[in-house]
Amino acid sequence: MADRKAVRWHIGIFLAPAVIVYTAVMIVPLFATLDLSLYTTVDQVRRFTGLANFRRLFGDPIWSEQFWNALGNNTWFFVIHMLVQNPIGVGLAALLSSPRLRFAAVYRTAIFVPTVLSFVIVGFVWKLILSPLWGIAPGLLDMVGLKSLFAPWLGKPGTALTTLALISVWQFVGIPMMLIYAALLSIPDEVLEAAEMDGVTGAAQFWKIKLPLILPSIGIISILTFVGNFNAFDLIYVAQGALAGPDHSTDILGTFLYRTFFGFQLQLGDPNMGAAIATAMFGIILAGVCLYLFGIQTRLRRYQF
Amino acid sequence: MKTTFGLLMAGTMLMGTAAWAETTLTIESWRNDDLPVWQQTIIPAFEKAHPDIKVVFAPSAPTEYNAALNSKLDAGTAGDLITCRPFDASLALFQKGKLADLSGMAEMANFADVAKAAWQTDDGKHTFCMPMASVIHGFIYNADAFAKLGITPPKTMDEFYADLDKIKKDGTFVPLAMGTHDQWEAATMGYQNIGPNYWMGEAGRQALIAGKQKLTDADWVAPFKELAKWGPYMGDGFQAQTYPDSQNMFTLGRAAIYPAGSWEIAGFTQQATFKMGAFAPPVAKAGDPCFISDQPDHALGLNAASKNKDAAMVFLKWVGSEDFAKLYGNALPGFFPLIDKPVQIDNPLANEMLGWRKSCKSTMRSTYQILSRGTPNLENATWAAAANVINGTQTPEAAAAELQKDLASWYKPQQ
Repeated sequence: MADRKAVRWHIGIFLAPAVIVYTAVMIVPLFATLDLSLYTTVDQVRRFTGLANFRRLFGDPIWSEQFWNALGNNTWFFVIHMLVQNPIGVGLAALLSSPRLRFAAVYRTAIFVPTVLSFVIVGFVWKLILSPLWGIAPGLLDMVGLKSLFAPWLGKPGTALTTLALISVWQFVGIPMMLIYAALLSIPDEVLEAAEMDGVTGAAQFWKIKLPLILPSIGIISILTFVGNFNAFDLIYVAQGALAGPDHSTDILGTFLYRTFFGFQLQLGDPNMGAAIATAMFGIILAGVCLYLFGIQTRLRRYQF
Repeated sequence: MKTTFGLLMAGTMLMGTAAWAETTLTIESWRNDDLPVWQQTIIPAFEKAHPDIKVVFAPSAPTEYNAALNSKLDAGTAGDLITCRPFDASLALFQKGKLADLSGMAEMANFADVAKAAWQTDDGKHTFCMPMASVIHGFIYNADAFAKLGITPPKTMDEFYADLDKIKKDGTFVPLAMGTHDQWEAATMGYQNIGPNYWMGEAGRQALIAGKQKLTDADWVAPFKELAKWGPYMGDGFQAQTYPDSQNMFTLGRAAIYPAGSWEIAGFTQQATFKMGAFAPPVAKAGDPCFISDQPDHALGLNAASKNKDAAMVFLKWVGSEDFAKLYGNALPGFFPLIDKPVQIDNPLANEMLGWRKSCKSTMRSTYQILSRGTPNLENATWAAAANVINGTQTPEAAAAELQKDLASWYKPQQ
């Protein structure tokens, strides 16, 4: 009897559910969006226009000004997260993993709780806290004699975006904290004991032993932050509305896309231009992720325990 | 509310089958706040006079209305009567053949041209909805505060600022209850409120549409110049004050003057514990003609695919009558009948605002007709511009120049 390889149907069957669901909810809509951006609608007739929508987006000052403004704001939003959220997350994780800390579980839970709150609640609560009329922020500052420092932060073009970025940091600082905390716990005791034998303790131990070991986790967190920030929309929409005021100073790619795609107030929606913006966002995120995967992750040194 | 409404609908249907001669009319609307008024006041009044026609008021949420109505009309499941949004949303439905042409109805003669403009084709030849109500802009003030400070409602801009100075000097009340956070307050209750006095109402609005005037002309920059002076009279941190903040600030008695739209009347009457009055937008110099923004808000159209056209026409004729105007205007104070005849409104505040129609000429918001058809959208751009001017981050001239540039980028008559 000839030795025939049996067809391994089970592989296909096991893969099928994931492939079908992923294709239906991710891949098809993605390509449909890319496709949509190549058309235009004139007098209720859809026409193929090639890259005209992109030429308009980047070439027409009316569109390109808005796009670069949104991209610039989005970059600032990301920079704040990288400079504030992730270092604080790492620091909190280092503190929490200290064996001498009491009530660590309580702190851990308290810091993580905002992460599970809805954007709508976070936006609303912070708008109330910072409200110059009914907020507790002016009162609290007054109690310590710093009332003069209070300003209507959410209403000033210079401060609104930074304020919103910090609110978002407050909400999401628990995520890098948890990931780093888990990475710190997974460092074997032998490594730390060996360090102690060599006299490396305390802060030096953190900088020289622990930090290099958790660098891959920090890399992952950075890329998650990047993708999350460049897809952000909800907090700005809830706190500032679709026009992302004052004077578009908090407009990020997500709100720009929303306004264009669905329309706003008397502005009718333009799904084709919206799809062009969505495609540009996809390109930016793809480029960022590729840069990380091929430029940084391959150079990170990994340690096997 | 949903269950009650469901039961009511079921009840209406059962009755419909019992008495076979009856026709049931369904009204599509976004005014879900008004459901009790329709069920308790308006529909019974109609059914009393027309026992053979049953009417069901079936509203949906304001934000969903346009999309829901479009799909219902496409699927052929929409009601017989359609509540019409002003201008382009309804015009598009008429052009697609979803709304019937009502130009021939005799009742249309009851309405002035400016009242019908929101539901006409650009050339004014076809009218496709029966005008129902408008909202008027002006200022609502805390009469107790005015009495306490010994000031009177201003007639001119100079008097207006003199009053504001007195209120500010006294310090008990915030002079102006308005914020710029939500932006539309600044444009709608600011620019469009006082603007008509400067651009001479309809004359200026039509000239802008025809391309004979520009937004950079003195008449159109002047209201921005006034708004630029408002900031110091508004509350601390007005840049972060939202629309509900402003409403609460006024109804809690913390502020003296509220730049308003008449739709606030019902809510304010319920919540405020002090006496209120209203004054029309002050004019620049004593003796100047005055203009008010009398913005058409909703109308009623006929679904072109309706199976009950005869009954629907009976209802539409009633909507175009004086009786309906009186009933509707009193049931919903602040939504004023558009009919070209004097209507007595019992709510004193609403009556005061309605009275301005006699002393001043009516116009509507300058950005709504035609000028917001392109990108960038003039209405939305005006929100940002007005907020910037009050915040002091843009000069009136720069704001006007930017608006003009935006408009000229797509609107041919302005190029």
